Amino acid sequence: MGDAVADLAADADAVPAHRPASRTLSFRHWLALTIAGFVAFFGFWWLVAVSGLVTPQFLPTPLAVLQKFVALTQSPFVGYTLQQHLWSSFGRFAAGFGLAVVIGVPLGLLMGWFRWLDAIVTPLFDALRFVAPIAWVPFAALWFGTGIGGPVLIIFSGAFPPCVINAYRGAKYVEPRFIEAAQTLGASSWRMITEVLLPASVPSIVSGLRVSAGLGWQSLVGAELIVASSGIGYLLVKGQSNISTSIVMSGMIAIGIVGFAIDALLRMLERRINERRGR
Amino acid sequence: MVVRHEHRPVWVGVATFVVLGGAWYVLTTLTGAISPGRFPAPAEVWDALRQIAVTGYADARLHVHVLHSTWLVLLGFSAATIVGVPLGLAMGASRSFEAFINPTFLLIRPIPPLAWIPLAIVWLGLGDAAKVLIIWFAAFVPAVINSYSGVRAIEPYLIEAARMLGVSRAILVREVLIPGALPMIFTGLRLSLQACWTTLVAGELIGAIAGLGHVLYQSSLDLFPAMIVVGMAAVAVTAAVMTLALGWSEKWAMPWRT
Repeated sequence: MGDAVADLAADADAVPAHRPASRTLSFRHWLALTIAGFVAFFGFWWLVAVSGLVTPQFLPTPLAVLQKFVALTQSPFVGYTLQQHLWSSFGRFAAGFGLAVVIGVPLGLLMGWFRWLDAIVTPLFDALRFVAPIAWVPFAALWFGTGIGGPVLIIFSGAFPPCVINAYRGAKYVEPRFIEAAQTLGASSWRMITEVLLPASVPSIVSGLRVSAGLGWQSLVGAELIVASSGIGYLLVKGQSNISTSIVMSGMIAIGIVGFAIDALLRMLERRINERRGR
Repeated sequence: MVVRHEHRPVWVGVATFVVLGGAWYVLTTLTGAISPGRFPAPAEVWDALRQIAVTGYADARLHVHVLHSTWLVLLGFSAATIVGVPLGLAMGASRSFEAFINPTFLLIRPIPPLAWIPLAIVWLGLGDAAKVLIIWFAAFVPAVINSYSGVRAIEPYLIEAARMLGVSRAILVREVLIPGALPMIFTGLRLSLQACWTTLVAGELIGAIAGLGHVLYQSSLDLFPAMIVVGMAAVAVTAAVMTLALGWSEKWAMPWRT
């Protein structure tokens, strides 16, 4: 599982920010440039939109997209308002992600303790790892239909690997002294897993949850683009078939906001846990 | 940190696959416990593989689909690398540039690559251009972010030493910043290659004329489970080969890492 671990461990946020590869800026200088950056982004967009190079249907102005976004929250599009679409997406996400955590974390811990289980599961896992979550779409539709079941399977297949890998990794990195001490005191396998491996692996598990939630949310969007009759991905597809860029962009913004919120929540959880552990 | 290194016996892994293969045969062909409409029997999968490889399925033969998908991934991935890595390096090297570009990243980073697919289709239609655009998006953000953190992760004394020796900006970039950031850059490329592949399969499932995602789409329309299995296996094998190839190029680019 070496490569997968290295991949998931790579997190840009882990790098300390104060390395003088370049000189630091004063706050005012930084603020001015940041504002300039925002202005440049929206200004460029607005300029292209009003220049007449492209039709408004192709690229609406930022303001038009904002108006559409507000309108979508008030009047229903393809049956539901934006909030209702988001809510049904979120339900699917919670089900798929929840299943991945409930099955994946214990499996990872067990693999970290029982060598025979590791030997059986790891080759299977390595073989399945390269199947992109989205490639499960045909079977998801065939087995579970397009309502709740199909999308949940796809979210599960996206969110599952990080749960397993990080729990496994956490269990493998437990200080051997703790394990030896527990063994000397005659702990059973059950108590070893629940009282030694699990508490020691919590930081690794939580950072796995973040990766897992991100991948799960992405897979949800993909699943709903293909198999669903409600949800935020469905709204995007319908916007696309109506050739309405402003609906598509409003949907993208909503997806971005929810994805960001999920990540922020888990990041907060991660920080609280690490603080309580005095790190 | 200490890892408990344990020997993972190979024969157990081999045995697992043998047992699973046996169970597959027993459950489908021998007893029919799983109906052929749900999951195909081994013989059906073999026939489907022969059909797509010899006579073709979904308008083309297997190698045409594989090459088509691979070509699109390589195109989008290289374009994203060529634009993203220098941008990330520049953001790492200059705080002013970073402060200016960062807002754009804050705005586009939370949007998953898959969510760009409908927009790409509205803009560019169902052809290859839309696919390349979404692959570009999938690979671009990881390429920038990892090159950027790669530069920031370089030990400060290396940069200070170079500055003290009075090297020019160009040499600093070529001899210190790029080699120092390479490990992180390759991590980013590996992540983004996976993202590219997922995105392409999704894009082809939503609308395409050729490619492995199109095979999956067609087989799911035809209710042809054996071909779905072949399509999924082809997706997995192609992804594995690409990842291996990237691993080799990583070894080639960083000979000092063993």
